[in-house]
Amino acid sequence: MEPTVKLESVSKVIGKKTIIDNISFEIQPGEVFGFLGPNGAGKTTTIRMLVGLIKPTSGKITICGHDVRKQFVKAMEHIGSIVENPELYKYLTGRENLEVFARMLPDVDAARIQEVIDLVDLTARVDDQVRTYSLGMRQRLGIAQALLGRPDVLILDEPTNGLDPMGIRDLRLFIRKLVEETNLSVLVSSHILSEIELLADRVAIMSYGKIVQVGTVRELVDSLSPGVDWRVSDAFAAQKLLASSPDVQLAEVKDEHTVHTLMDIRKTGGLNRALLDSGIEVWTVERRVQTLEDLFIQLTGGDHIA
Amino acid sequence: MRNPNLLGLVRNEVMKIGSKRRFAVVSIILVILVSMFTYAQYRQIEEQLEKQGTLDWRVELQQDIVDTQNRLASSSIQDEFRQFLEFDLKQNQYYLDNDINPNYPGAPTFIRIFFSQGLTLVLPLFIIVIMADIVSGEQNDGTIKTLLSRPVKRWKILLAKWLTVLLYTSVLMATTAIVCYAISGIVLGYDGWTAPILTGFQASPSGAFSTEFVHTLPMWEYLLMAVGLAWIVTAVVGTIALMVSVLVKNTATGIGIMMAVLISGTLLSSLGSSWTSSKYLVNVNFNLISYLDGQAPPIEGMTLAFSLAVLACWTIGALIVAFWNFTQKDIY
Repeated sequence: MEPTVKLESVSKVIGKKTIIDNISFEIQPGEVFGFLGPNGAGKTTTIRMLVGLIKPTSGKITICGHDVRKQFVKAMEHIGSIVENPELYKYLTGRENLEVFARMLPDVDAARIQEVIDLVDLTARVDDQVRTYSLGMRQRLGIAQALLGRPDVLILDEPTNGLDPMGIRDLRLFIRKLVEETNLSVLVSSHILSEIELLADRVAIMSYGKIVQVGTVRELVDSLSPGVDWRVSDAFAAQKLLASSPDVQLAEVKDEHTVHTLMDIRKTGGLNRALLDSGIEVWTVERRVQTLEDLFIQLTGGDHIA
Repeated sequence: MRNPNLLGLVRNEVMKIGSKRRFAVVSIILVILVSMFTYAQYRQIEEQLEKQGTLDWRVELQQDIVDTQNRLASSSIQDEFRQFLEFDLKQNQYYLDNDINPNYPGAPTFIRIFFSQGLTLVLPLFIIVIMADIVSGEQNDGTIKTLLSRPVKRWKILLAKWLTVLLYTSVLMATTAIVCYAISGIVLGYDGWTAPILTGFQASPSGAFSTEFVHTLPMWEYLLMAVGLAWIVTAVVGTIALMVSVLVKNTATGIGIMMAVLISGTLLSSLGSSWTSSKYLVNVNFNLISYLDGQAPPIEGMTLAFSLAVLACWTIGALIVAFWNFTQKDIY
């Protein structure tokens, strides 16, 4: 099957700074693709290149076989997107917003507009000005706008920003249902791991403009070095010792008695002895449940994430 | 017509501007301004009746001429102003000699005066108020991201915005004329469309004054020309405002820049002819109706054709810059 979204060694250089460094990935029809990374990793820049707002310095982006640079109009006919916040005209009503964007698409009539309004369940408020909407309603109107042209690719940049837990759950179920019914591809970016973990079939992790790993959530978690938590008498001394060992990938102090490490579980015996030899009491050594967060910290070098 | 088409895009822009109610605000300002001027006119007529006991325009014009002569006799007036007065005097004398009333009382004359006075400041100001945020507003709101990721080429979107500028310029001209006519007519009466008016006076800053090409026109024809010239000036200002709106992300800054352009234009024109190459500046060439009135242009060598050419060059330049920037830039 032809991928709906294809990036081939795409880079963006501004001045001397490389914002996006040679990234490539593909998204298949019917796939939810998660785009994960700390703020400033380059997720939004990548998405803006996908929808033609920013020109890549090099590389090629195709949407359903159409080059975004050379066949912009054809490529955009296949994409519906929310870039950052749902950016809509606050002084127009919800329906007027949809009418404005419908006139920029081929073959969208009033019936289709009503269809997407029903789909996102906005019928009651659609004739009110958007400035009176809650963030959740704006989000839904944004999705309605993105779906107007029956896209093959739906791009949602940080769609859960500002949503309450119920809203996030609803959005997740909505996207799942949409993918099952229409077989479109969805690209969801987020800096919140738990969302992506539940929603995405495949995940790409970005850090400093590079894609550091791509795979299914299961694959990524399985590839992890296990997390091991050490309860000790002096966490700071223990951290120094553990960090200097070649068997430990990451050692960080969680509180004055706890050190969190990523390491091979079979090496804990040797390290335990080393700790005791240097006068640090070891109270417990515990294997931690593996999560995407561990991988994330491992891959992005412990960048701050929310 | 298949979507997306240009007409639909223009409709979108009109919808956006319409719902911001800027044009309503401009219309209200217009009504207030015109009402004030009409009332001032009314008071003037009253006063004149009281002083002269008659409304005969010949008496009034004669009085005007005598007044001007008295002012010219005083030694304290500046050279440039003296010249202006002399032209004024000669024109009035010509009107009197040919038995034509230069200010035939009525709403059409009010329209003529309003357009000729409002051409360089009020009308451009209105178009700036309506149009200044046509691109920068979308930048501020972030809607530019949604707008430019639709399957429509960027140049088409900007073209639609420019056509909207021209459309609103036309609507503004029509509204101004209608408001002037409707309100001033209450006091001045609604007739005077066919009153003769003289055009073709030729004056130059060096002091030459010629009546060689003077001919009479019916008022409606003169007004059509005057409104047409006002349309050109307003459209040029609107186009430059569009360019500024593309280049400057902040709408307030954009309005500030446009105000500076307008005001410096009036200042430069009134400073006169010392800096002759300033005639190539766009804002010195806004007073197109003065050519119709037969007032001396601010700088030697300026004619209607010259001013139109300068305006055309600046407009094309503004469009090139606006379109190039809009289609090339990265949107963050």
